[in-house]
Amino acid sequence: MPNHQINPNQWIDLYSDYLYNYTITRVSDKEIAQDLVQDTFLAGLKSMKNFKGEASERTWLISILKRKIIDHYRKINSNKGKAEVRISYNNDSETEGDWLEERVADPFDKTAEDTMQNSELGDTIHNCLGKLPKKQADVFKMKTIQGFETEVICNELSITASNLWVIIHRARTAMADCLKENWF
Amino acid sequence: MSKIKILIPCEDANHVCDKTQYKEATLWEKIILNIHLIYCRVCRKYTKNNTKLTKVIKKSKVECLDKKCKETMKLDFEKALKEYSN
Repeated sequence: MPNHQINPNQWIDLYSDYLYNYTITRVSDKEIAQDLVQDTFLAGLKSMKNFKGEASERTWLISILKRKIIDHYRKINSNKGKAEVRISYNNDSETEGDWLEERVADPFDKTAEDTMQNSELGDTIHNCLGKLPKKQADVFKMKTIQGFETEVICNELSITASNLWVIIHRARTAMADCLKENWF
Repeated sequence: MSKIKILIPCEDANHVCDKTQYKEATLWEKIILNIHLIYCRVCRKYTKNNTKLTKVIKKSKVECLDKKCKETMKLDFEKALKEYSN
């Protein structure tokens, strides 16, 4: 098995979107997610000598990020947890306004499953984006995910509109193929 | 009026289809595309996949870091990298 090399210069280009997407589904706050990703890169830099090359860089960074997310929840819980008022619906004393409906599972509420599926889908999309050539991935991200106008992207990357559409077309074909294997 | 083409080659059709995904195609272009789709099975397939891709990405709500934020992140990181290597 080939040993994986570590190269921090490219981390942000290669993994920041993937890590960010991973974080945002778990903390659901943009600023916190950005900070956590940043912390992860810095922590990765510090403990670079512990990288054994058994896993890929990305897996290794994700494992750091997971610790960071857990730490984040510990921190907010230690401040807030003390002041929190916990309400339990299952106390046996008969109090007024204790509705039975609140104890029954809502069949229309499938959000937990939906979000799980969504976060997995996000991971798959980022995997597929990682397989595209860098330019295609950049253009596709700007156009489809961030929703910039054609002109803005053309100015930013100094390409012509027809050039942009060719890139978009190639990226879309590749993405559709990639997702077909994994998702559709 | 002989310049108006009802039948277009597949490349043009795909281009219009890509534009439709970002709501940038004109009504006329869309009509022409749909006429093309009536007789072209390959483009029908492409359009189907393309629409699906748009829907999937919309559904997944994937997010990307914007460029500014990435750049500040990069600057900070490079500083740390320099400190570390010294």
